[in-house]
Amino acid sequence: MKASTRYVDDSVKGFITWSIIWGTIAVVVGIVISLQLAWPQLNVAPYLTYGRLRPIHTNAGIFGWGIGSFIAMFFYITQRLTKTPLWSPKLARVTLWIFNVAIASAAVTLAMGINRTKEYAELEWPLAIVVAILWVLFSINVFMTILKRKEEQMYISLWYIMAALVGVTVLYVVNNLGMPLHLFKSYSAFAGTNDANVQWWYGHNAVAMVLTVPPLAIFYYFLPKITNNPIYSHRMGIIAFWSLIFMYLWTGAHHLLWTPVPDWIQTVAMAFSIMLIAPSWGAVMNGYLTMNGQWEKMKSNYLVKFMIVGITFYGLQTLQGPMQAVRSFSAFIHYTDWVPGHVHMGTMGWVSMILFGATYYVTTTLSDTEIYSIKLANAHFWLVLVGQLIYSITMWIAGVQQGSMLLATNPDGTLHYSFMETMIAIFPYYKIRAISGFIYLAGLALFIYNIYKTFQKGAESSVAKA
Amino acid sequence: MLEKNPVIFIILAFVVIMIGTTITMIAPFKWINSDSDKIAEVKPYTPLQQEGRDLYMREGCNNCHSQTVRTLAADVERYGNGGGYSKSGEFVYDRPHLWGSRRTGPDLARIGLKPLTPAWHKKHMENPQSVVPASNMPSYAFLNQPLDTTYSERKMKLLKFPYTQADLDELKGKSEMDAIIAYMRKLGTDIPVKNAGAAVQAPVAQSNPYTDLKAVEEEAKAIYKQQCASCHGEKREGTLGPALKGSTKSETDLFKIISQGSTANGMPAFSSSLDEQKIWKLVTYIKLDTK
Repeated sequence: MKASTRYVDDSVKGFITWSIIWGTIAVVVGIVISLQLAWPQLNVAPYLTYGRLRPIHTNAGIFGWGIGSFIAMFFYITQRLTKTPLWSPKLARVTLWIFNVAIASAAVTLAMGINRTKEYAELEWPLAIVVAILWVLFSINVFMTILKRKEEQMYISLWYIMAALVGVTVLYVVNNLGMPLHLFKSYSAFAGTNDANVQWWYGHNAVAMVLTVPPLAIFYYFLPKITNNPIYSHRMGIIAFWSLIFMYLWTGAHHLLWTPVPDWIQTVAMAFSIMLIAPSWGAVMNGYLTMNGQWEKMKSNYLVKFMIVGITFYGLQTLQGPMQAVRSFSAFIHYTDWVPGHVHMGTMGWVSMILFGATYYVTTTLSDTEIYSIKLANAHFWLVLVGQLIYSITMWIAGVQQGSMLLATNPDGTLHYSFMETMIAIFPYYKIRAISGFIYLAGLALFIYNIYKTFQKGAESSVAKA
Repeated sequence: MLEKNPVIFIILAFVVIMIGTTITMIAPFKWINSDSDKIAEVKPYTPLQQEGRDLYMREGCNNCHSQTVRTLAADVERYGNGGGYSKSGEFVYDRPHLWGSRRTGPDLARIGLKPLTPAWHKKHMENPQSVVPASNMPSYAFLNQPLDTTYSERKMKLLKFPYTQADLDELKGKSEMDAIIAYMRKLGTDIPVKNAGAAVQAPVAQSNPYTDLKAVEEEAKAIYKQQCASCHGEKREGTLGPALKGSTKSETDLFKIISQGSTANGMPAFSSSLDEQKIWKLVTYIKLDTK
């Protein structure tokens, strides 16, 4: 009898499968819009224009790939850390259905131009309600499992999981408040500068509660599992946890530097953004020190590679982020391609690397077998790493170049370059960026094939055993 | 206790999250959009302008165009169009805000202050490359379809904007293109423009002080490229506006047309965006073949 049989994992597998499907769509749409920026004639009006496709790219990435795989991992981790089966497997199956209906409807309505325009909160009110219900149902399931747990001690990952459950609920509900006009159109409950301030309180904390806290929960669980080493310091994890969730909520206005949002809010956001380096690097150091004396595993264990390179990108991300949150630097790079470069290091580097590693691990555990091919997993690792680096580095260069051109003035105070000249200068980088997308997609294809083959192998061997 | 009771933990986590939230997100409601940042001249959108704004949202224009001029000299110079940086009071009727986060295209907060005619906007929307050859903006020719006005009145009521029957009548027979252009032309125009009139009030030279083309050619060419080329062609061959090459108009006439515009022909006035010297330099440049 294998140890995992007392846990209910069909929904884990379901969410893994679907999150990979939506993630692939996010990458494909990302490539399409990157090509459109270089060749505008590729905009097929009206449904496949850049303005309508970009929200599909971000929503499929954050909600489809991100949230989808976090749900899978939270179901998996919570059961194991509490030594308790999932509270309601039926509810988990319903959650998967709602999830897929929500993401599919999001893609269709966004293509139709039904769009609230607030970044990462684009879905119109009926769909936003569905997403909120989905999250609450999922939260109840996880929370009840924790309440009924057999293991008294709550490991740090459970803290991160519970914080994400509360945080996402508060953020999502508040930023989606609106006045419905009809089924497909509503106006924001907040106006102008208030709306901007609420939006970026949400926007930046979506980065915290969706793209930081859950991957940290996953990292803290899987790194010790993979390395067979206990986490270096539970106490450091706890201190970092409380300071992280305390500080993040103050920083939203660093997206609004030099705008009409009151100066003191901008300054506070700037200060807290810099303070955030401490808890962020608390997690990074915890990861590095857990590896102490075992660094040769970076060579011998493909999963360690994903985890450690992932947390390294988190470390870089949380240094670059605070730097961008400083007024002077923001003046230079805000509104340029530097920012997409930064964001994609976080999503393609940090979050996805951790998820790739975790997904390989969970797939082999659920299939009770070894990975189909370590060689392919290594090729996957290098392709996504190279793809992501080309993406981010070209966009940083493009951002610095355009930023400096936009600010360049003549001795008499007039502008040295027209807007169009600054764009012409960065078009070559757009083409390189599109290539990086194809490299990343190739890596993703190897990942999907490997996961599929491993599940297949597991199914065959369980039949053979029976 | 904390490490063993998930209910207490979750309450505590909520409280911690709400501290920063209360101070930086909830408390500012007390100041923002209050009397302190109110601007009397700022008017709500008309039904046609609001329809245009909704189309701007439908097409996701905010993915490439921001709508806030930052308090940076270069921002004010590039996007201010004489109206300066953006002020909080200008956005009180914006639900949602459309400030954006990436400028793949230029900021549009004060696009209404730019001397651009509806005909220019239409041509640019239909085929951006015909006006700005290197532009990577998609074509929005499909906006040439009748505007759906089913909800226009209800929108005004929901947003609590004042409107008259004449405002609603204005919607009749309008296309989506008309609506989005009406919105473009309203953006940023409520604010009193500072340098307007400066050029008009200054004593106008009766004749062109720049007789030597070579001395001003480079600067004049740059001004021409930025201000005129989109309608009159890079080589003055004429596109939306007439050809200027070999113009037979007198220098004083040219000066007058550039500075005051010609409403009948759709030529905008440049007296608020170009000073007298710059206009004379342009005149010199336009007449370069006849010198």
